[in-house]
Amino acid sequence: MTLRRYLVLLATIIFASFGDISLSYGMRRVGAISAARWTELIAAVFNPWVALGILLLLGFLASYLSSLSWSDLTYVLPATSFGYVLLALLSMWLLGERVSISRWAGILLVSSGVAIVTRGPSATRPQRGLEAKPAGGKP
Amino acid sequence: MSALPTWGAIAAIVLSSTAGDVLLSRAMRQVGDVGELWHRQGLWAVFKAVVTNPGFLFALFFMAISFFGLLTALSWADVSLVVPAAASLSYITNAFAAGFFLRERVDRRRWLAALLVCAGVALLAA
Repeated sequence: MTLRRYLVLLATIIFASFGDISLSYGMRRVGAISAARWTELIAAVFNPWVALGILLLLGFLASYLSSLSWSDLTYVLPATSFGYVLLALLSMWLLGERVSISRWAGILLVSSGVAIVTRGPSATRPQRGLEAKPAGGKP
Repeated sequence: MSALPTWGAIAAIVLSSTAGDVLLSRAMRQVGDVGELWHRQGLWAVFKAVVTNPGFLFALFFMAISFFGLLTALSWADVSLVVPAAASLSYITNAFAAGFFLRERVDRRRWLAALLVCAGVALLAA
């Protein structure tokens, strides 16, 4: 794992957390949308917070796909679950929510899982990109 | 609503999101390291390689099923049951599916991480 790859994983976590926060903040301002007035969903996209949330989630998709192109699924998923911890801490700091003992226990468990998986190898199956390279010619 | 349909919907969400993630992972492995591809052939080549991969399109299909399953389950049961249950259980099903379909080496370390994250997410999202 290079520094660049750790940064991509970090970007995946940050884009997902801030994207969710931005979307939920925006949709709370838009208000509840009923099935009968579903066209309001289209208008909701033009709310600046919802639009920012969508952009951030596109950033999440790009970095998530990138990380899957060189890492195992069973490495990327637990490693990026740190986003749940970030979300809990952000909701405490930014939104003033109270963090209960069971949520602190959750933070501890998820963090331990992330620490354990990131100490191991990031890829355990053969990579096509690497197999193709020697055949490609250029040293 | 009784518990059986709710857990049926949760199972459908978990299985379809797992199928989506496994297909996405396989598709991205076929595309190869996108950093290198971007460097060699540019961003457009990366975009084209991803969206023309059949596995990627299948993955989107399963993710859409998972999303509508979530909406359905939320109309029957509390969000504080559905979201943590589906999110945490999918770490376990993904570990099984990645070992079986993607031939990843899911050793003790990875199982322990999946179980810890599964329990932690259940506590955090509840």
